Amino acid sequence: MKAQVNGTSRDLADGTSVAAVVSLVGAPDKGVAVALDGAVVPRALWDKTIVPDGGVVEVLTAVQGG
Amino acid sequence: MDDPLIIAGREFRSRLITGTGGAANLSVLERALVASGTELTTVAMRRVDAAGQTGVLELLRRLGIEVLPNTAGCRTSAEAVLTAQLAREALETNWVKLEVVHDEETLLPDPVELLDAAERLVQDGFVVLPYTNDDPVLARKLEDIGCATVMPLGSPIGTGLGIRNPHNIELITSRAGVPVVLDAGIGTASDAALAMELGCSAVLLATAVTRAQDPERMGAAMRCAVEGGRLARLAGRIPQRFWAQASSPGL
Repeated sequence: MKAQVNGTSRDLADGTSVAAVVSLVGAPDKGVAVALDGAVVPRALWDKTIVPDGGVVEVLTAVQGG
Repeated sequence: MDDPLIIAGREFRSRLITGTGGAANLSVLERALVASGTELTTVAMRRVDAAGQTGVLELLRRLGIEVLPNTAGCRTSAEAVLTAQLAREALETNWVKLEVVHDEETLLPDPVELLDAAERLVQDGFVVLPYTNDDPVLARKLEDIGCATVMPLGSPIGTGLGIRNPHNIELITSRAGVPVVLDAGIGTASDAALAMELGCSAVLLATAVTRAQDPERMGAAMRCAVEGGRLARLAGRIPQRFWAQASSPGL
């Protein structure tokens, strides 16, 4: 199945969790948050939350700015 | 003299809030932040693979500086609310510098989207510090819906044009019940001092320090300017006169 991960179309195995996507993009351990289809997925639910076919995942962290 | 800045019940000894954008590298940023004496500093939220710069959070933690996430880059209320919620999740703070800008050329706040986002975030339990136009009516409305500060611009972000409408800033400070933070447009130390003399409680700046030829020295200059301006405001300036008035006794 396909999902949009940080703006890029990716082929993911069925049943891929949000936690797996976070490690796929090489996110650091701390200071990271995830939105799935426009809603925040709390860290505690990353393992349980499965990315649906056509899902849009955004993995964000803090950078210099403002 | 004990004169803390108090925002949403939290005390800060420094009245200078800084940004982290624009610094050539983290070591330049570190020296500038230390010289500025800041205790509260903004960061932006970006996609992990597009970030390019990491380590800013570790730097701020090591320096004991509080992190203030912003919603820079957001154009709509919905985008800003989601970004604030992601920042709260990532950084474990319910404080947010709310930015909702209208277009890239001016980076001026979109007042309609801003007010809507502020209202939603306040209802969601955020401590909202909104970047706003130098509009006394909008400032009043942001305060009325429960924002922790109002942060009017001096001039557009990154221009260094200083405070283009000092009277509006004074109108805002003269009737605000929350701290007024002059945000954006500061070019040099005199701009920061003027903001404080006009009654602002603090100054937020980034570019003026991070893109200065010597960011560390400009950080120190801004610290002194904010302290000097604050002291002058509290001291009460003399009235301006048209004609000279001798300061030595007559012969």
